[in-house]
Amino acid sequence: MEQNSTKERLDGRVTATNGEQNGTSRRLTDEEFDRYSRQMIVPEMGKEAQLRLINSKVLFIGAGGLGCPAAQYVAGAGVGTIGIIDSDVVEPSNLHRQVGHATSRIGMKKVDSLITHLRDLNPLPTYVPYTFPLSPENAADIISQYDLILDCTDNPATRYLISDVCVLLCKPLVSAASIQKSGQLIVLNCPPTPQGKLDKKYPPCYRCCFRKPPPANTQLSCGEAGIMGPVVGLMGVAQAGEAVKILASGLHLPSSTPETPEDDPHNLIQPTLLIYSYDLNAAPGPFTFRALKMAPRKKNCFACGENSPQTLTLEGIRSGNPNYVQFCGIQTAKTTLPIEERMTALAYHVVKQTGILPNHILLDTREKEHFSFGSIDGAVNFPFGKLLMKAATIKRDGGDAEEILPVKSAEDPIFVVCRRGLDSQEAVEKLRELGLDHGGKRKIVDIIGGMKAWKEEVDPSFPFI
Amino acid sequence: MAPEPDTMPISVDFLGGLETLFSNNPHHTISLPLLNPSDSSPANVGFLISHLVKNHLKHPRTEFFVHSDGHLTPGILVLINDADWELEGEEECKLQAGDKVVFVSTMHGG
Repeated sequence: MEQNSTKERLDGRVTATNGEQNGTSRRLTDEEFDRYSRQMIVPEMGKEAQLRLINSKVLFIGAGGLGCPAAQYVAGAGVGTIGIIDSDVVEPSNLHRQVGHATSRIGMKKVDSLITHLRDLNPLPTYVPYTFPLSPENAADIISQYDLILDCTDNPATRYLISDVCVLLCKPLVSAASIQKSGQLIVLNCPPTPQGKLDKKYPPCYRCCFRKPPPANTQLSCGEAGIMGPVVGLMGVAQAGEAVKILASGLHLPSSTPETPEDDPHNLIQPTLLIYSYDLNAAPGPFTFRALKMAPRKKNCFACGENSPQTLTLEGIRSGNPNYVQFCGIQTAKTTLPIEERMTALAYHVVKQTGILPNHILLDTREKEHFSFGSIDGAVNFPFGKLLMKAATIKRDGGDAEEILPVKSAEDPIFVVCRRGLDSQEAVEKLRELGLDHGGKRKIVDIIGGMKAWKEEVDPSFPFI
Repeated sequence: MAPEPDTMPISVDFLGGLETLFSNNPHHTISLPLLNPSDSSPANVGFLISHLVKNHLKHPRTEFFVHSDGHLTPGILVLINDADWELEGEEECKLQAGDKVVFVSTMHGG
């Protein structure tokens, strides 16, 4: 049943858009035939599906942990035009997960590095490099040239921008994200549906599913929180899987909209949000993969809902409305501590070397994984989360605040260092709130800029992560 | 374990990294009081959230789950019996014994 309805829809499309003209009835070249034979003989693929892939254009936004694995499989499958946009350069810390780059290409623009890799894999597609960031000014011009968009970015502001432009230009979007040990994947706006259309059920956009971004102070980046290579890799490969499926079966075409949710064998109207959770201490279990059924397009959606043509336009986006950066918030550095409670990393080093500094406690509030790579001589690891939890317990239940310190000395001054100098300031405040400063008699001092500053000002060989 | 009187079992899942706030455990079956003691109203999702914060949130970084006003942090998706909570009245949605509530934090890395 399902197969028939898909087939009818596709045959209808081929006739309607003239298969001769867009090449869905041409012969495959010998090279194409050899290269794509193993996937073409898979049931439901065949020559037409392969030609649909060859005639398609896919845009990868981001050439990192998601974009690399995703682009490999999409290029391998023979999609005819592959655009890639990213302004970053390849760094050694990318290579454990960004498998389209190479040690020999460190320092090269990621887009050029990835295209080098993809050309070697499959020289037949046309590769289009964009070595600058996607912006509200250029997004529509670039996205308009493609049939399907893959969101492989790493920040919420760009994610909302991509989805909004995809809604306005009627482009389907395959969106994935990953952090630490978790990943998520969802197909949005597929089949693409004009903005504001709500006469029946239609697929959601990114804003329908994720109305508001998390506050800036809870947004973690892979650089800060870490990321397991296979986790993000799996999400990227899954994106490629969805992309190939959509293009091969023509689901990216507006005419493929199912009449009712019951006619929707591909879960397009109510797509699945796939969540992958990876546990370093456990075998795969019932929570490794979860599939959550999302709601269809929402009436009140800012981007695609009933009144959206008044709230969101391409012109507006180009001229800075909405303001994506403001919408997603910017994390600002705190400098609430008075200067007498702060000391630069260099000053700390000098007073310690010259013997001016009396006996003191040096607390390093980084996570134990960070601490394990190296620390300042004499530093004691006291992870920030542990500190906060112990402080909260004392506040709630009372008790001797001195007990929470990992080293005992009621008189010695306390210095606090963290990774980049934010947590340490909060830690100084917490310790003072607990009365550990003895009403000002004992000094509690923040080391400005954390271990990053230590590397820059004191010890260039320090292994900073 | 016999269920406590005047409570109902609710299945609660935390995904997308939220499990780290709840003893690193993605699945909890909790005994939720039938009535919210503060105003004796039937338990709804808002009450479930405050109950979770009070009794199950074992991590100091509470801002990853709730705002200081007690409302859920934006960017967390809530599904009640597999349906988006926006369609069920969000925090006002009344809960019944055996309901399944899933909290998913949105990820942005890549």
